[in-house]
Amino acid sequence: MTGRPVRVIGLGAPLRGDDAVGREVARRLRAHAPPGVEIHDSDGETAALVELLEGARAAILVDACRSGAAPGALRRLDAAAGPLPAGLGAVSTHGLGPAEAIELARALGVLPPRCLVYAIEAARFDPGAPLTPAVALAAERAAERILEDLALPHV
Amino acid sequence: MTTRTISVDVLARVEGEGAFRVTLRDGAVRSAELSIFEPPRFFEALLRGRHWSEAHDITARICGICPVAYQMSTVHAVERAFGVRVEGPLRALRRLIYCGEWIESHALHIHLLHAPDFLGFDDAVSMAREHGEAFRRGLSLKKAGNRIVALLGGREIHPINVRVGGFHRAPRRRELATLVPELEQARDDALACLRWVAGFDVPDRERDYLFVALRHPGEYPFNEGRIASSRGLDIDPAAFPERFRERQVERSTALHSRTAEGEAYLVGPMARYALNAPRLRPLAREAAAEAGLGPVCRNPYRSVVVRAVEMLHALDEALQIIADYEEPDRPAVEIAPRAGVGAAATEAPRGLLHHRYEIGEDGLIRAAAIVPPTSQNQASIEEDLLHLVDADPDRPDEDLRRLCEQTIRNYDPCISCAAHFLRLEIDRGDRP
Repeated sequence: MTGRPVRVIGLGAPLRGDDAVGREVARRLRAHAPPGVEIHDSDGETAALVELLEGARAAILVDACRSGAAPGALRRLDAAAGPLPAGLGAVSTHGLGPAEAIELARALGVLPPRCLVYAIEAARFDPGAPLTPAVALAAERAAERILEDLALPHV
Repeated sequence: MTTRTISVDVLARVEGEGAFRVTLRDGAVRSAELSIFEPPRFFEALLRGRHWSEAHDITARICGICPVAYQMSTVHAVERAFGVRVEGPLRALRRLIYCGEWIESHALHIHLLHAPDFLGFDDAVSMAREHGEAFRRGLSLKKAGNRIVALLGGREIHPINVRVGGFHRAPRRRELATLVPELEQARDDALACLRWVAGFDVPDRERDYLFVALRHPGEYPFNEGRIASSRGLDIDPAAFPERFRERQVERSTALHSRTAEGEAYLVGPMARYALNAPRLRPLAREAAAEAGLGPVCRNPYRSVVVRAVEMLHALDEALQIIADYEEPDRPAVEIAPRAGVGAAATEAPRGLLHHRYEIGEDGLIRAAAIVPPTSQNQASIEEDLLHLVDADPDRPDEDLRRLCEQTIRNYDPCISCAAHFLRLEIDRGDRP
C-alpha cells in the first residue's frame, strides 16, 4: 500500500467565481506538498474522479458547496465513514457530481480507507468573477489544515 | 371526468434539466409533453460578430460531453464557406478524434445512465454494487475514449487543438502508437459490453420512425455525407433548412424540429444504423448480427444495443486509423477566407448536428444557426411517451413513470445542448 500516493484533488471550474475554490486550494498546496503526495485539479468528471480515488492510498477532496451556511464556512467531512450529507448542495446540476463519484468508488470497493472532503461554502458563481473575500480566506485556512492532515502518519 | 397526470419534475440521468408530463382524461391519453427548462444560452447570438477562426472554440463550449461534434460541425461548415476540403491523414485524424468522443459518450450513457433502467436499479451507485465488473468495464471504456480526445485535442474536455483546415499540431506516429494497447483492450471490452446489453430484457415495442442521418457511400458517417432518411430523402447538408423546420413551443427552451411536412423524425444511433449498417466495420457488423439486430432496429429500447455496436465500430476504426496513419507534411491545409455561407452536418453521438454560418468580407460571422440532435428528437420523444401510455393506460402511475423515464433515456438526450431560443418575447401585459 505504501507505494500508492496520497492524492489531494481540487474540484471546480476555474472561471466560475467561488466554484474555483477547490482549485485555488490545490494551487496553494502545490508548492508545499510533502513527498508522496500528488495534487490534482478536477472538473468533477465521474469516471476520472473514480480513477483518481482508486489509485490512492488516501484522498482529500476540496470542493465548493452550497448549504445555506455563511460564505467561507469550512467543513471537514470523513467520506470514508459514510455518504456525504445530502443537504450539502452539490454544485453539479447533472446529478453525477463528486459525491456520486465517492459513492461509486465505495460501491466498487475502491474508495481509499482514508478519504476526507473539505467543503467550502460558496457565495457566487458568476462567470469570470474572482473568489469572494470570505471564500478566499477559507481557501487559505483549508490549505493549512490539509497540510496538517498530510503531516499525520496515518493519512 | 377524471384526470390523471404522470409526471417527473426533474429528470435524472440525463444531461441538463428537463421534465415531462403525460395527461390522461377518462383513461385516454390527451397529451405528452417534454419540457426543457435548462436556461437558454444564446450561443447563436454570441457567435455573431466573432471571427470565423474563433467559432469552433466557442461552439465546443455548448457541450462538455460532445465538444468534438460541435467543433467538427463548425470547422466543416466554415471550410465549406471557403471551398476548402481536408483530405488524407488530416481527414483521418478528424475521424479518429470523433471515434474518441463516440466511445466516451456511448460508454457513459450505456453504463452510468441507461443500464440501471434495464437492470432495475434506481441509480448508477446501486447498480455498481451488484454489477461492479460491468461498471468498471464502462469506466475503462470511457477512459479509452478520453485518451484519444486528449491526445488529439490537447485535453479531454473542450479540445483546443482543432482548427479550420486541420489541427494546430498533428501527432507523431509514435504518439498514436501509445494508444494501441489500451484501445485493443477496450475493443475486447466493447464486445463484452455488446453481449451484456444484448441480453437485457427490453419491452417489445416498435414504432415506424422516420430515421434521418448522414449517409456516406464508403464509411459509417462521422464527419461527412449527404443527409438521408428512411423514406428516400437524399440532400446536401446545405439544403437542411429547406427540409426541416425549427419552431418554438412554450414548454421548452429548446426549439422543436420537424420535417417541412410537419412530421416528427428520429436522429441518433438507430437512424445511423438503419441508413448505414452495411458500412460498419466487419467486426461490428458481425457482432450486431450475433446480438440479434436485423438490418433496421425499430425498437427504441434496443437503441442501447445499437450504441454498443457503434462503440465497437469506433474502437475498431480508431485502431485502423492509427495503423494506417502517415504523418502529414503540415498540420493544416491553406485557407483562403472569403465572404460566404457554409453549412455542414456531422454525427454527434446523439445524432445529426447541423451548423450554418454566414461570414462577411471582414471575416466576422453575420449569422449562425445550430440545430442539435436533442432538439430534433423532442417530437419523437413525445410521440414515444404518448404511444407508451396509450398502449397500457391502466398500469400504476409509478410503473408508467419509470417506463417514461427509461423511454426518454433511450435518446441519451443532451438537454443543455438543445436549449436555445430563436426569439425572446416579453409579454408584460401592459399594452392596450
